[in-house]
This record gives sequence, C-alpha cells and structure tokens, in this order.
Amino acid sequence: MRWIWIDRFTEFESGKKAVSIKNLSMAEDVFAEHFPGYPVMPAPLLLEGLAQTGGILVGEANQFREKVVLAKIPRARFHREVFAGEQLTLTAEILTLREEGALVAGRIHSEDELIVEAEIFFAHLDQARSGAIFGDRNFVFSGELKNLVGLAKAAAKPA
Amino acid sequence: MTKDEIFGKVAATLVEALNVDDDQVKPTSTLQGDLGAESIDFLDIVFRLEREFNIKIPRGELFPESIFQNDPDFVKDGKVTPKGIAELEAKMPYADLADFKKDSSLENIGNLFTVELIVRYIQSKLA
Repeated sequence: MRWIWIDRFTEFESGKKAVSIKNLSMAEDVFAEHFPGYPVMPAPLLLEGLAQTGGILVGEANQFREKVVLAKIPRARFHREVFAGEQLTLTAEILTLREEGALVAGRIHSEDELIVEAEIFFAHLDQARSGAIFGDRNFVFSGELKNLVGLAKAAAKPA
Repeated sequence: MTKDEIFGKVAATLVEALNVDDDQVKPTSTLQGDLGAESIDFLDIVFRLEREFNIKIPRGELFPESIFQNDPDFVKDGKVTPKGIAELEAKMPYADLADFKKDSSLENIGNLFTVELIVRYIQSKLA
C-alpha cells in the first residue's frame, strides 16, 4: 500500500532537524473527492507528512533500531488551506529524544508562508513486547518509507 | 523556587499537555480521573517537566511502570496487600497513601497520581 506523504528530503541533520518537500499534484487520488473542483489538501495528510518527516528523523537518530510510531499530537494549527499545484516545505526539529520516545516541532511552509505548526509526539514501541506481537522485523521502516530513508541520507551528504 | 511557584509551572505544563483549563488544575486533581490523562500523556508530561524545570527524570521515577509486576504477593483478589502497600511506599515516596489505605482496590491506584504528587517530586529534585 502506498502511503508516502513527502517527496524528498532537502536537509537532514541527524538527531536534530530534517526538511522535506511535498508537491501537491492534481493527479493525486485524494483530490478526486476532496473536493471536486476545489482540490484542498486534507489537514490530516499534512500532519502525516510532518509525522513521516519527523518519524524518519527520530528513527535515524537510533539507527532505525526502534519502532517509531506516532503517539500524540498535542498541538496543531492550520493557517490556511493548501491546494493542488503548491509545493510544501516540511520542517521537523527534535525537541526531546529519550529512550521511550521523542517530541518533535513541525512546521509546513508554502514558499515563505507559514501554513501549519504542530507538535508531534512519537513513542518507541517497547522492544520486548512489540517483538513478541509483531516479530523482529521493524515494520515501521520498511518498503517505501525505507526508500525515502535512503534519499534522506543522500540529502545529508555535503554537496 | 517556592512551592507555589512550582505548582504554577506544573499547572501550566498540565494545561499544555492535557488541554484542560487553568482552573481545572488543583493540587488534589487526579491526572486520570479529573484531568483525563491517558498513558501516552504521562510520557508527554515527563518530557515537558524535564524541559520546564531543567531536570532529568529517569524512566519510572515519577510515574512507576508495572509497580507490582503481577506478583500475587502484592495484589490479591483485586486488592493490594500490605506487602504491596509497602512496595508502593518504596516506589512512590511522594504519594499520599492515606486514602488508598482505606480502600486498597487495584483500580484506585490511578488516584495516587495527583498534581500534588508531581509538585512534591519536583520540589525534592530542585532541593
């Protein structure tokens, strides 16, 4: 199942900050219904993009040994709707990183305009218990998300 | 920092973490019962307290996890045994166990997690 809400990373500072880009295209399925003739990016998918940007940042900080999952969004503010044709810049910064999880500050801009501000709280699924339930494979960072990780590392290398 | 100042900062932290109103947060307020906290909120609260007071809160020191570890010595028929209460006193030295001792049902454990508990814990960390 395809569930990637960011296109590529432009910056990647391990353990600190990641910046990604999402291009909104009329070709995306979501705009067929939301809404016909008025292609607005649904707010939850904007948050998912921030969660993916931040989640990869948090995961990489522990070399993807932990299963990082979105646990709580304490705050989210949306300043205006965004439409197909816009290019969004998603910035995630780690505020706190601990054994149990991490708190990330997220922002989305369209050009210079601030569109979204959010705080995202990630939890590290308990290694012991999640191993018993889900098996050893890290199901969070697999498939397409893993490919994005490779692109993230490419963005981290100095030009 | 005075106890009142600590309470003020703890209350502000809980307002942020739990999205409750300022006047809902009293020293006797229980985190789960009165303020609607869920398990993930406890972790959020720990993170925020660390940053607000610039202290380190080791895992399980403020909010102990699996206090009794399903040990039948500590819990019998849904009630915490005297041995279990001793374990509570050891693991949660800042808790007020007076009411809990009157009705030691396991389901009342949640009531031990009050705002006052946090304030006392922070006081000792800052001392």
